[in-house]
Amino acid sequence: MGDIPDRVSQVDCDILVIGGGTAGPMAAYKAKVKNPKARVVLLEKANVKRSGAICMGMDGLNNAVIPGHATPEQYVKEITIANDGICDQAPVYKYAERCFEIIQELDKFGIRFLKDEKGDFDVKKVHHIGTYVLPMPNGDTVKKALYRQLRRAQILISNRYMATRLLTGNDGRIAGAIAVNTRTAEFLVFRAKSVILCLGAAGRLGLPSSGYLFGTYENAANSGDGYAMAYHAGAGLANLECFQINPLIKDYNGPSCAYVAGPFGGYTANNEGMRFIECDYWSGQMMLEFYNELQSGKGPVFLKLDHLAGETIGEIESILHKVERPTRGRFHEGRGTDYRHRMIEMHISEIGFCSGHSASGVFVDEYARTTVDGLYAAGDMANVPHNYMLGAFTNGAIAGEHAVDFVAETDFAEFDPADVAAECQRVLAPTLREDGIPPNQIEFKTRRFVNDYLQPPKVTRKYELAADRFAEIRDDLDHGMVARDPHELMRALEAASILDCADMAVCASLFRAESRWGLYHYRTDFPDKDNDNWFCHTILRKQDGRMGCETRPVAPYIVPIADDERDAYDKQRIRRQA
Amino acid sequence: MPLANTPTTVPVVVDEDKCIADKGCVVCVDVCPLDVLRISELTGKAYMKYDECWYCMPCEADCPTGAVKVNIPYLLR
Repeated sequence: MGDIPDRVSQVDCDILVIGGGTAGPMAAYKAKVKNPKARVVLLEKANVKRSGAICMGMDGLNNAVIPGHATPEQYVKEITIANDGICDQAPVYKYAERCFEIIQELDKFGIRFLKDEKGDFDVKKVHHIGTYVLPMPNGDTVKKALYRQLRRAQILISNRYMATRLLTGNDGRIAGAIAVNTRTAEFLVFRAKSVILCLGAAGRLGLPSSGYLFGTYENAANSGDGYAMAYHAGAGLANLECFQINPLIKDYNGPSCAYVAGPFGGYTANNEGMRFIECDYWSGQMMLEFYNELQSGKGPVFLKLDHLAGETIGEIESILHKVERPTRGRFHEGRGTDYRHRMIEMHISEIGFCSGHSASGVFVDEYARTTVDGLYAAGDMANVPHNYMLGAFTNGAIAGEHAVDFVAETDFAEFDPADVAAECQRVLAPTLREDGIPPNQIEFKTRRFVNDYLQPPKVTRKYELAADRFAEIRDDLDHGMVARDPHELMRALEAASILDCADMAVCASLFRAESRWGLYHYRTDFPDKDNDNWFCHTILRKQDGRMGCETRPVAPYIVPIADDERDAYDKQRIRRQA
Repeated sequence: MPLANTPTTVPVVVDEDKCIADKGCVVCVDVCPLDVLRISELTGKAYMKYDECWYCMPCEADCPTGAVKVNIPYLLR
């Protein structure tokens, strides 16, 4: 590689927001608006203009709690049940209370939401119990609208800088972060009174069945860097064994998407064109029925639209082929799939971590605080279950507003310069080798073993073998990986995050000795749910340099769940009437 | 161990007649979340340097001259 920078620049700020996708811009914006004097920096591995899960926008809100359509109590109950009871309700309640105000604010930013002829929000029912899905007719403009607000608020934006590690003080408080430029390999050290992690899901954990490393459901830039950084800083990560697994268009590996098609009359069907699940809302229990249907010989599973009127299908196409994943239309065209005549073949995706869809994320309270003082997390990587895009916006706002008050009464924590030197050495190691194993091979092998051994159903012996294989890859990564330019260096650092996440997936899954969340944590050695011993969170943490897990009680419910409501999501399979 | 170069067919195609990168435009390079596009020193036009595509489309949507086309990567086509 070219010249290795010998000088490390340092930047001081009050709040460092890492990740410029959805939660990050909102966190930075809200902090700056609340205190315009605060120095807020937004750091992004790509470019904030088009980064993150919503780089091409979003078709709608999946979890809008709108007065007159749903109440916070009802939503909290739905999410608690959907998440098999393992849910601290305070953050979910806080989200449910705040999200309508955020919808109104997004509306002011120029992002429109579907309204009926009376001017009321036109909310659709997709969930098992309540009504929360709100289409966004100009959903392709989300990032542009956000970016305008960031410019207006004069947020300092650093694009193409990848954070590699957090810095903590001697007292354990957050002290800042180290970042490396993805085009020049220059280092930046941030001293910050508070850091807000908004780095998205760990979406590059399993390998798509196409074998294409970047053919993931999540934006492939979301390689789990936030999970790895939180772990190395000593933060607790909750319920990582509750994997994200999605029903996706086979090979394309994107959503089909039942939330869009469902309200128009589309549904998930087996190879006979018959419904087999009650509700298309993504949950572990729904995914287990999907899996069972495939095992029964009635697969493949399809999204069925061909019974709908041509006009209706045209409307669905105008959404699916325009926002979120617009290349869907090109994929179908290439295979001659016309929604009018053919069902869309679906499959079960590879695994990932994501709280936006399931519940695997960095542990946070109702103020988005992690277990490390001064460190916040929001969006897909923070464990507020089933949180989706509106959750990222809302909890990003909550994090930004809380952090800006926190920094007003705190000073910089002192970090050890030796930590910076050690991190620079770790980061640059692959650039100092003449030859070796390139990052794409390290990554491919890790993710191939994730599929071989970690994809549910989870078998203890397979998980033990995975741990052995990952240890061998770690040895290769530490001592033999080579990066020939700054771009490859970014991929090398991502490969390290992915391997960290793979180890965490093993550790958390082996710890919880029961089955829960349907397919997400279905252990063949412990096939039953065990509420007597495992009605609790699992918290994974780095302790004395080693990865370990402990249990944490579920906080007492704010919204009580009646006994006959608890298993509503377990009744997904359609039962024939006698 | 020495490295080999294994060929892949890349999904993003740039129409060099329409591309105005030689006049200073870097929009597609800027907006790519995976940072896989570059301007060729040889032709002055944008091209896909790394086959690491999420087929997401900002490069195509934001190109001021309609020069960029995102195809589905061959392995999942």
